[in-house]
Amino acid sequence: MSSEAHAHGNAHGHDHAHGDGHSHGSMKSYLIGFFLSVVLTAIPFWLVMTGKLGNPQLTGFIVMGLAAVQIVVHMVYFLHMNPRSEGGWNMLALIFTVVIVVIALSGSLWVMHHLHANMMPTHDMSKMP
Amino acid sequence: MSTAVTPQSGEPVFYEVDEHPHPEGHSTSLGFWIYLMSDCLIFAMLFAAFGVLGGNYAAGPGPKDLFDLNLVAINTAMLLFSSITYGFAMLEMVKGNTSKVLLWLAITGLFGLAFLGIELYEFHHMIHEGAGPQRSAFLSSFFTLVGTHGLHVTFGLIWLVTLMVQVSRKGLILANQRRLMCLSMFWHFLDVIWIGVFTFVYLMGVLR
Repeated sequence: MSSEAHAHGNAHGHDHAHGDGHSHGSMKSYLIGFFLSVVLTAIPFWLVMTGKLGNPQLTGFIVMGLAAVQIVVHMVYFLHMNPRSEGGWNMLALIFTVVIVVIALSGSLWVMHHLHANMMPTHDMSKMP
Repeated sequence: MSTAVTPQSGEPVFYEVDEHPHPEGHSTSLGFWIYLMSDCLIFAMLFAAFGVLGGNYAAGPGPKDLFDLNLVAINTAMLLFSSITYGFAMLEMVKGNTSKVLLWLAITGLFGLAFLGIELYEFHHMIHEGAGPQRSAFLSSFFTLVGTHGLHVTFGLIWLVTLMVQVSRKGLILANQRRLMCLSMFWHFLDVIWIGVFTFVYLMGVLR
């Protein structure tokens, strides 16, 4: 978290250069972000390719969890998101988008799953006598 | 007709008649961010379509038959490397070091090109095996989602080359710094989308 504060402090140093209040981060914050991304990418690939856990469902949840963490890492260290950039408007737009994305994704999957489950069973020729 | 609200207490009300000064490009990064968020919605719809259709193989090949995770891992590494090298270009931009900015941009472009090359090889391989977008709903949604991401990377590369020409001719002027910053957001955003692609399409597909 200290690197975040550092990145922000860095932004103030050259704000006058372009005056958009957008942070560019520092070498340290980029390297931390890169290191975390490599770890967070390597673990899911390793888990799926070796099948170490032996349980696809558990592996799936872990893989999705790591992806969510990695998205946050990218947002913070590469896209320099913080609640203060652009006077909070960046964060507000992001929150709005996340809400829409969650509604669209979960709604589509939910509705279509139920529609699929309630469909008349198709004739499975392989099970015909 | 018009209902003007008059202050009750009789206090003087001041209106701003003059425009604020709006320095050129002061709102570009917010505007570009909102564009990226709208792009995010496009990808959300494509992810939703893939989530709904991704299990319908129409008796054709499934993810386990088609995806080579080694290739996807290399691809992911390419995009991740290009993200960090673009970050280095931005750091050199802050220092005002034109030649190093161009060098890092070129390296970023090469990684992006490698990513595209591997993706096109994968697509070509799949279509050659008869697993083209017309084979099943799963493959249609796969090609639409991954292809849209690939198109974004293609346009990002065109933009990158354009900016390299701009920077080499005009130097790191304010307008170019602003453009580099927008491309930085675009490029890192594509990496964020790719996290969703390799997780939901490739890894979860192989697990399914």
